[in-house]
Amino acid sequence: MTNGKFFDEMSEAGGAPRAPYARYADWFSGEDPKSLLKKSAEAETFFRRIGITFNVYGQSEADERLIPFDIVPRIIAASEWRQLERGIEQRVRAINAFLADIYNKQEILKSGRLPAHIISGNEAYLPQMVGVSPPGGVYTHIVGTDLVRTGENQFYVLEDNARTPSGVSYMLENRETMLQMFPELFTQMRVKPVSSYPAELRRSLSESAPPGCTSAKPTLAVLTPGIHNSAYFEHSFLADQMGAELVEASDLRIVDGKVAMRTIRGYKPIDVIYRRVDDAFLDPLNFNPESLLGVPGIMDVYRAGNITIANAPGTGIADDKALYSYMPDIVEFYTGEKAILQNVPTWRCSEEDSLKYVLDHLAELVVKEVHGSGGYGMLVGPAASKKELAEFEAKLRARPGNYIAQPTLALSTVPIMTQKGLAPRHVDLRPFVLVSPKKIHITAGGLTRVALKEGSLVVNSSQGGGTKDTWVLGD
Amino acid sequence: MPMLGRTAGGLFWMFRYLERSENTARMLDTGFRIALTGSQQAESEWESIVTTSGARDLYLQKYDSFDQAHVINFLLRDKDNPSSILSSIEAARSNARMVRTALSSEVWEATNETWMLLKQTLARQVSVKNLAEVLTSVRQQSSLVRGALHGTMLRNEIFDFARIGTFVERADNTARILDVKYYVLLPSAAFVGSSMDNAQWETILRSVSAFRSFRWLNESDSSPKAIAAFLILDKRMPRSLAFCYAKLAGNLAYLSQKHAGTLPSLEIAQQTYAKLNDREIDSIFDEGLHEFLESSISDTARLASQIQEDFRFYG
Amino acid sequence: MRLKISHKTTYTYDKPVYYALQQIRLTPRTADGQKVLNWTSTFTGGERQVSFEDQFRNPVDLVLMAGTEKLEIVSEGEVEVEDRNGVVGMGKGLMPLWVFMPKTAATSPGPQLRKLVKPFEKQVAEDQLATMHRLSEAIGEAVEYTVGATTSATTAEEAVVAGKGVCQDHAHVMITAARLLGRPARYVSGYLLMEGVTEQDATHAWCEIFIERLGWVGFDVSNAVCPDDRYVRVAVGRDYADAAPVHGLRQGDAQEELCVSLQVQQ
Repeated sequence: MTNGKFFDEMSEAGGAPRAPYARYADWFSGEDPKSLLKKSAEAETFFRRIGITFNVYGQSEADERLIPFDIVPRIIAASEWRQLERGIEQRVRAINAFLADIYNKQEILKSGRLPAHIISGNEAYLPQMVGVSPPGGVYTHIVGTDLVRTGENQFYVLEDNARTPSGVSYMLENRETMLQMFPELFTQMRVKPVSSYPAELRRSLSESAPPGCTSAKPTLAVLTPGIHNSAYFEHSFLADQMGAELVEASDLRIVDGKVAMRTIRGYKPIDVIYRRVDDAFLDPLNFNPESLLGVPGIMDVYRAGNITIANAPGTGIADDKALYSYMPDIVEFYTGEKAILQNVPTWRCSEEDSLKYVLDHLAELVVKEVHGSGGYGMLVGPAASKKELAEFEAKLRARPGNYIAQPTLALSTVPIMTQKGLAPRHVDLRPFVLVSPKKIHITAGGLTRVALKEGSLVVNSSQGGGTKDTWVLGD
Repeated sequence: MPMLGRTAGGLFWMFRYLERSENTARMLDTGFRIALTGSQQAESEWESIVTTSGARDLYLQKYDSFDQAHVINFLLRDKDNPSSILSSIEAARSNARMVRTALSSEVWEATNETWMLLKQTLARQVSVKNLAEVLTSVRQQSSLVRGALHGTMLRNEIFDFARIGTFVERADNTARILDVKYYVLLPSAAFVGSSMDNAQWETILRSVSAFRSFRWLNESDSSPKAIAAFLILDKRMPRSLAFCYAKLAGNLAYLSQKHAGTLPSLEIAQQTYAKLNDREIDSIFDEGLHEFLESSISDTARLASQIQEDFRFYG
Repeated sequence: MRLKISHKTTYTYDKPVYYALQQIRLTPRTADGQKVLNWTSTFTGGERQVSFEDQFRNPVDLVLMAGTEKLEIVSEGEVEVEDRNGVVGMGKGLMPLWVFMPKTAATSPGPQLRKLVKPFEKQVAEDQLATMHRLSEAIGEAVEYTVGATTSATTAEEAVVAGKGVCQDHAHVMITAARLLGRPARYVSGYLLMEGVTEQDATHAWCEIFIERLGWVGFDVSNAVCPDDRYVRVAVGRDYADAAPVHGLRQGDAQEELCVSLQVQQ
């Protein structure tokens, strides 16, 4: 299956399975491909029936789509995972230290390790957060670190999602589906469970309650923009699974100095709010006054220390693409250690030499918009037409500061099930990290996104990507 | 932790809309049956049905006459009509999505499946040939959701709001069906005793799925009074006003246990129920059937808005 | 100098307000040459929800109104002020200087403002402080102090075009101009002891420009002076919107009427 150029996670160059897949490959060879394809179709029906769909941006509710699910698991060995875990923990610790610094004393700017212009010209930096110190110094409670693999021991961090990473519901439902379809596999292989994520989320958020909250069981709520949001399924899923209320802005107001929700018997105060509403819309009194999705005054209650907002407003500065290339310095600055996980080499087009290099090598590179997300406004050089290249060159010349460029990574492949049997497809991985003042918890697994189109390197669900269950093996 | 007011509202409306889709299907079925008999009554029957559904004005903005094809399409799948079966199912499902954390997975999945199925079935105009089948599937799907509700949900406040939504809609619907046809039930009309009037009674009974049960309970007496008594006062009949109000008062009484003081909505429900309990049909006819039904419809509307206020559905 | 301040702000509405939140920035802070001896804020017709320091370290009270037709805010107390010739200094705040550089809605320069600033572009490199003094004079001449010609929503450019304005407009124009000249600038709202006048109609506003080595220096364009011991600083920000004495959000369509009674005495 390996075509030589890309690292295949399932098979060695000679075709023999790699160690973590040995047992699975053995099982697979004994299965009838037709019945596996049938199961694959069943999985889709199952997802649609329970309504694990996402709404496509800007389209009506009628256009709820499924993210395709592939039944071949992505398997990670225990030793591989340990290395990743250490690297992620270090990185997430550094990110929180960075956020605490950048919204308080800004030592990293004073030290010159990070140029001030990266922050000062950045819309993701929220001056309203200056001087805020949330409980335990935790700003980003929920992180999804996007990783890619290019070789046996080569992992790169592609993106640090420190605002409101989504996808964890897919991690959980994918596993649920696999357990139902292939129970025998789980008896043969020691796959670490992921099902405790909601309970861990509850614990982690509870530990982050504001100091004034004396209850052993703080009141939690998940704030959603509502049923038309693309990730609504996940919002309701998480609220349901962790036993928190799913609230909308219209349910909330300020009562007795706290943010409170309207119940059938009056207003009840909330201690910790897991918000899935973007910063700009969070508080029409303090941010965008036109927002109908936000809670007027929530920032004031937050500054007064009467509620914990997870993630804190302004955490977007930590995962901003303009900042990404400085992450190794940031990790070193705050932890005193070298970064365990590697960054993808990055050219900052704002720098003249880099821009020249990028323009000369456009056809080989991936160019990303600094403030873009979800694969929009992105150029994949090797896959682009001459016309697309020319258009992007014009954009780059017009606003170089808006772009960064990276080499096209030889993303690893994992096979998917197709009509013709197994076929390799490129994947990435988003493990989910929970941070509380007491500890950092990383669920053994994550969301594997897979580019379903042969040869495609774009795994985003909005661009035709699918997902796989991710198995981390026990020792 | 008491539930969110918005959640209570979502449950209430989810079940109102489900009930509405079922009621509309039943009325369409009845109209269709009359049309099949080739009766000249058909067009006025279609008109009654549109009137009962409360969308007469909207209909007349689109069409000049109450011909079968238009009425069926309007009540079945017209998105401009918020009470069409398709609109009702969409609204029920939207509300279900909003309150999903309050529903058992069976109730949610049954609702979602209903929506998926009907969205597909009603994507195109339904031919006369397929109408009966489509209407049956609407009723079956609605029963599926109700079955899941009864079989899998805790008997707690969530259940109460689901039931309240159902019975508010049902009480409203039964009263409307009777009111649109009240003149058929008046004793003076009954003297005529023509076959056409029998067809009219049958229509009324069929539109509330009560034709057989009525026959079974009232072997010989099929007088207008007996029919009115059955649909207004008979507590064995699950679509009668008395039945609906007994349930409404009961569910509101459960909800009021945790409330400080008396809930105004409970008072309205109890007062309305008192007007139905242990009452003779003669006294309703003495009061005037039409007047009685009109006041019943307005009592139900008042109750619905008081429930919305008592339980803080909106900010 | 010891100043005694009594300030009453009254909002009345033609019908009960359904739900409103008001951020009140009417509490001076002990810092940078002023010492608050005593201060109280009371609210009638609304309830204080929280008190906190905002990102500029301004003390803020968040007051909620629901179902009332009138909100009365009484702020009073005594403040001891030193005369520092307008020099506030480096300050101890965490807010980075670059936050005070970008334009805001009220401080976006247009052609008229740019024209006004043009003559100062060279000088500022040589002597920042002297340039700012001359800039302040020039703005005072270009924008005549006139009550009623502008509103709280008037922008700096609009005030220059009109050639008229009040202290808020002067501050906005000066801030916009200073930023064009590469200096961080901020808005200050506060109280001023006026000679021979006890009863005042409104709070005062001026601006502060960051001068290298000196730190923040105040300029009161309207009175053509640098603030001295007659000035009490209450709130700062990038422009009026950040430092406004009352900033609120109201649901419903009630019509608002504002009445201010202010006494500043020695």
